[in-house]
Amino acid sequence: MAIHSINQDPSLLRRLLRAKDRMDAASHEEWPVGRLAQVSGVSEAHFARSFKQAFGIPPHRYLLTRRIERAMALLRDSDLPITDIAFETGWASLGTFGRTFRDITGDSPSAVRSRAKATPHELGRVPVCIVSAAHRPGLTIAVSEKRRLAADGTNGPEQQQEIP
Amino acid sequence: MNQGIEVVGLYVHDQDEALAFYVEKLGFRVHTDVGNGDYRWLTVQHPDQPSFQLGLFTPGPPVLDAATAQAVRAIVAKGAMPPLVLTVDDCRAAYARLLALGVEFTQEPVDRYGTVDAGFRDPSGNGWKMIQGRG
Repeated sequence: MAIHSINQDPSLLRRLLRAKDRMDAASHEEWPVGRLAQVSGVSEAHFARSFKQAFGIPPHRYLLTRRIERAMALLRDSDLPITDIAFETGWASLGTFGRTFRDITGDSPSAVRSRAKATPHELGRVPVCIVSAAHRPGLTIAVSEKRRLAADGTNGPEQQQEIP
Repeated sequence: MNQGIEVVGLYVHDQDEALAFYVEKLGFRVHTDVGNGDYRWLTVQHPDQPSFQLGLFTPGPPVLDAATAQAVRAIVAKGAMPPLVLTVDDCRAAYARLLALGVEFTQEPVDRYGTVDAGFRDPSGNGWKMIQGRG
């Protein structure tokens, strides 16, 4: 696959960005590829391929990074029970959340929480969105590769239950 | 101190489109709009901040070679340019007004640590944060 996203049409990229923005704004929602393709105004097959080419990550995996990022922020900045955080960030069960979280971050939600609470933060003057982005996990590890291969780099057909 | 930054430029996809957005929707006004062949120097300013100009520039020759311009256009369209922040007195009121004008918001107003902020994009994909400061 060509990785030269600079050769993509800027007006297509702008519309792909719109789908990315929608995932950013509501990462707890289900984002099957059909819904994303509709936001961008392209076919499903074209969307999945173009999104990965543009942003270097398949849409589903991008969504996972946003969910984990948001979960980490809630673990760090709130006292919400971990079960609540799981449901609030878009997982259907605590088990799936815990497993995915550990797969991606290498740690359990409770361990991340206790470590975060023990670390002083001096980020009050940095806009919150930037702080969050800086804490976004890079999803390049084995588990995601495995899932990506299983899903063929897409969110799968519209009717399928979204992973995880 | 009576010196400071005078112009900072943004790369935009289309100068006419950007001009309409920044002037008709955000309420900026044109400071300079000078054409020279295909090149157009276009800056706008916030009515409350006459010492600062925001340039609305298209990437292209003669300033950028064609290949670089294409790369910059792609980067802008992917929303990868650095963050821009607009300060407002009342974020929710500004949000309602701009939303009614069709501004593409990426984030509704949210309360955080005593400030309220919202996010929007200009037509080219440049991302703005609109922040209501602590009173």
